[in-house]
Amino acid sequence: MQLARVLGTVVSTVKAESLEGRKLLVIQPLDGSLNPNGKPMIAIDSVGAGKGEVIFWCRGKEASFPFLPIEVPSDCTIVGIVDSVFLDSQFSDRLDSKA
Amino acid sequence: MILARVVGNVVSTQKDPRYEGGRIMVVRPMNPDGSDAGDELLALDAVDSGVGDTVVVVREGWSASTSSTGSPGAAIDSAIIGVVDNLDQ
Repeated sequence: MQLARVLGTVVSTVKAESLEGRKLLVIQPLDGSLNPNGKPMIAIDSVGAGKGEVIFWCRGKEASFPFLPIEVPSDCTIVGIVDSVFLDSQFSDRLDSKA
Repeated sequence: MILARVVGNVVSTQKDPRYEGGRIMVVRPMNPDGSDAGDELLALDAVDSGVGDTVVVVREGWSASTSSTGSPGAAIDSAIIGVVDNLDQ
């Protein structure tokens, strides 16, 4: 799993049937210090995340498991909303207080 | 699997039900010589690891889900499956 911040929503009318009613969000992956890391990507929401929130997402085949028994086509699903991230001070050399 | 160091943890109230009771750790991939080998990722703890520990992280869903929750099929892609005592090389 990896941390990310929700940047916004994606609106799609013509899509796979099993995506009906699902929320598609644009997320920016973050490193442990909550600094942007890598390119933004599209994720399906399974926990009710919204714009601006820090979340964590799951990659791969496992990303479709929260929606079982419906087979939702996803390789990136938001599986949790982050309340807080604790980095031990001895490892927070890259910490940039943006939490 | 990858070698990593536990650098922190994440607190989350609203999450997938399969994460309940698990500990979500922030791990930083590392090379065998101790240097950083990439950016942090999150892994569910299956072995009671702690901050500062050098650990082995599995990055495959079936194994991660089974080791950290006891059964497969959870939306979990990484888990800490071992604490490293020492590396001989």
